[in-house]
Amino acid sequence: MEFSRRETLGLALGAAVMTVLPLRVSASIVDDRIAEFTGGADMADTGIELTAPEIAENGNTVPISVDAPGATAIMVLATGNPTPGVATFNFGPLAGSQSASTRIRLAGTQDVVAIAKLADGSFAKASAAVKVTIGGCGG
Amino acid sequence: MASGVKPRVKVPKKATPGEAITIKTLISHQMESGQRKDKEGNIIPRSIINRFTCEFNGQLVTDITIEPAVSTNPYFQFEAIVPEAGDFKFTWYDDDGSVYDATKSIAMA
Repeated sequence: MEFSRRETLGLALGAAVMTVLPLRVSASIVDDRIAEFTGGADMADTGIELTAPEIAENGNTVPISVDAPGATAIMVLATGNPTPGVATFNFGPLAGSQSASTRIRLAGTQDVVAIAKLADGSFAKASAAVKVTIGGCGG
Repeated sequence: MASGVKPRVKVPKKATPGEAITIKTLISHQMESGQRKDKEGNIIPRSIINRFTCEFNGQLVTDITIEPAVSTNPYFQFEAIVPEAGDFKFTWYDDDGSVYDATKSIAMA
């Protein structure tokens, strides 16, 4: 069976669309969530620290911690999960520091994003790439 | 899901006034994400703890909104300022409407 030039191009295009499409869908959810949290405001690159392992063997429990001095709230998103939301931390008047640690699920290798709402109303963003050996969403 | 849910909290017994202490909390809960399927291919419905709060003598320390990407047996570590002796109150809110709580007292050193 031989492929003509036209068919080959068509196949290649189809394959490209197939690989890009799922990413695009989840990326738009992430953008929506970020816009909802920040109200479309610009985000600074400093003022928040996100600690996550470079390589996670088991995507079911990946330890992360966030630290944003002076923040009132921190939202964490896993950009490559079917549902990107992870958790939103709100800090009250008795919070000793605007930091917290938890364990999260990651479906696969992806970027984890943390956005802090600072006391002066501005926003800061940090992201960390995590390589996941075994995904954590069942299936 | 309301079986076998057991909150565990670690708070120091004593602190000096104004000190920032570290609190560790864990609650045993399966945190069904709503993404998994059973043997017949049916989606197992979501059942998670969706909110956790910590208060000290009625004042808020932290209020965490939890989504399905938080692992089974959700664990949180954070810091709190202790202005005086009193009680920490921890509350977890389940999707099914159940509320689990735990209280820890702290004394002044």
